[in-house]
Amino acid sequence: MTDRAESAVAFIDVHKWYGRVHVLRGISLSVASGERLVICGPSGSGKSTMIRCINRLEHHEKGRIIVEGMELSDDPRALAAIRREVGMVFQSFNLFPHLSVLDNCTLAPIRVRGLSRGEAEDRAMEYLKRVRIPEQARKFPPQLSGGQQQRVAIARALCMQPKIMLFDEPTSALDPEMVREVLDVMIELAESGMTMLCVTHEMGFARRVADRLLFMDRGEIVESGSPQEMFDNPRTERLRGFLNQILHHG
Amino acid sequence: MRVLRDGRGDMARRFVSPLITLFLSLLLALGAWRFFSWALWHAVWTLPPGSNTDLCRAALGHGACWAVIGEKFRFILFGFYPYAQQWRAALVILCFITLFALSLSQRFWRPSLALIWGSGLVVIAILMWGGVFGLAFVPEDQWGGLPITLLLATLGLAFAFPLAILVALARRAEGLPVIRWLAIAYVELIRGVPLISLLFMASVMLPLFLPNGWNIDKLLRAQLAFVLFAGAYLAEVVRAGLAALPRGQYEGAAALGLSYWQATRLIILPQALRHVIPMLVNTFIGFFKDTSLVLIIGIFDLMTTGRTATMEPAWQGFANEVYLLLAAIYFGFCFTMARISRRLEQRLSAPHHSIEEPA
Ligand SMILES: Nc1ncnc2c1ncn2[C@@H]1O[C@H](COP(=O)(O)OP(=O)(O)O)[C@@H](O)[C@H]1O
Ligand SMILES: [Mg+2]
Repeated sequence: MTDRAESAVAFIDVHKWYGRVHVLRGISLSVASGERLVICGPSGSGKSTMIRCINRLEHHEKGRIIVEGMELSDDPRALAAIRREVGMVFQSFNLFPHLSVLDNCTLAPIRVRGLSRGEAEDRAMEYLKRVRIPEQARKFPPQLSGGQQQRVAIARALCMQPKIMLFDEPTSALDPEMVREVLDVMIELAESGMTMLCVTHEMGFARRVADRLLFMDRGEIVESGSPQEMFDNPRTERLRGFLNQILHHG
Repeated sequence: MRVLRDGRGDMARRFVSPLITLFLSLLLALGAWRFFSWALWHAVWTLPPGSNTDLCRAALGHGACWAVIGEKFRFILFGFYPYAQQWRAALVILCFITLFALSLSQRFWRPSLALIWGSGLVVIAILMWGGVFGLAFVPEDQWGGLPITLLLATLGLAFAFPLAILVALARRAEGLPVIRWLAIAYVELIRGVPLISLLFMASVMLPLFLPNGWNIDKLLRAQLAFVLFAGAYLAEVVRAGLAALPRGQYEGAAALGLSYWQATRLIILPQALRHVIPMLVNTFIGFFKDTSLVLIIGIFDLMTTGRTATMEPAWQGFANEVYLLLAAIYFGFCFTMARISRRLEQRLSAPHHSIEEPA
């Protein structure tokens, strides 16, 4: 256990089925504390499913997942403890439209971490400044652009001061001109030493911040390594085909 | 209506539709004229003291007899509630109206409104029953009229609504098949039978199944039947609201570490209920009027006292006047509910208010 306790996230031969469809086929992976991992792969290859298993938005059927030294199981207390330490940013933002930006950011720190409203608001303003939209704090999510909403979503997750951040295609739903502002925030976060697992096809981002790139296909991790060596010398035919597609159409 | 674009359509627009408008206006004016002539000009407003109803009988057919209201309004409003104590029932009606009026004003839309309603209901219970503070005790079987209607409707909906939320949540609880199955069975069973038969069962059959010596008051049994009935219908409305919410809202809340109940209370329900306010209030209004069905098990609600008042031989033939009064009273309350609903919708659709309670 000692070696795994050091890693932020560990998958040990994890399998998952949707009905009879085998979507994760024996994932084994260890992410070190402070590591920045980028996951890519064709649509339907199981990337979302894999990172959603980390905070149990999906259940795995076989194998073990250990997050910050705690094993995921049906024990609700372990799950609550893990979710406190894992922040997540979704493709579709999933902000709460009936709450102001500020309330979106303070809700969980108050209810889950037990902060006072004052503390939570100070902290929320701090992170809203870091994602560069403190002036929108009183607005409601539907009044913001997609890029602004996604930055609020990042701030909301950071307000819980998680040890690990998960990103599931955070820029895929954005208009092209807004991708940059979200990536900039993510790059800053990566440079601050946060443990990050990002599903994204932004290869520029991967090249710039990723310690390791993971290529998934059909529920398996096909290849992994530094972005440099994977871009320059893809070892498998599948990765080569994928990179060709992305670089020419992306 | 699309043909209005061609030549013949233009003809229709220029000549026919003004004619139709004119004709309908005339018809309406004639109807209104005849109604006011009956209700105002030729109406008998009072009868001389000690006289019989001959004056009204003479006007029967062309003039309203509002004297029947003056004569019978205390019975219609309060039923067999002891005559000397009827000021208490009147106060109860006033309490209800105050509570409704407060709920209409946005200044009172805060958690303390629940507290106001709670204490209002305690005051109402004390007034109706008495037995404390020197008030004479009045058993439930002497209650009647408008207080009964308001009690049945208000308490019925007050209990049915939380029940409906729990049932709707249970119906969506995929991890708990037994609870889910029970919720489905409850909704489908209750929806599948008429309210009248449910009231009959509550009033006639329930006592047969209760252990000897147990006795639940008839009014309470009717109230129970009513809660169960309204609960099933409201549960379906709430479920529609829950189903309309994108999955991402649940996931966003879960990923932040909120527990199921926290997510439900703070994220899911506020949005789900907001979507279905018009349908909820529609159901509320329907059930307010459905309380009148308790007349078939012999409870003297407003509708029953009204009917009874018109059955007395001397006053037979003057049911129109009484039913108009009843309609006006029902309309007043239902319209108020509709207004509250409109204001809630407007307020909640404006993105400038958070309905999150203070921590
Ligand atoms: N809720 C679900 N029910 C059934 N199949 C699903 C569900 N979610 C995803 N899948 C399937 O699982 C596979 C992996 O999906 P996903 O993890 O979303 O892929 P990716 O994120 O890499 O595009 C796909 O074949 C998809 O069709
Ligand atoms: Mg995906």
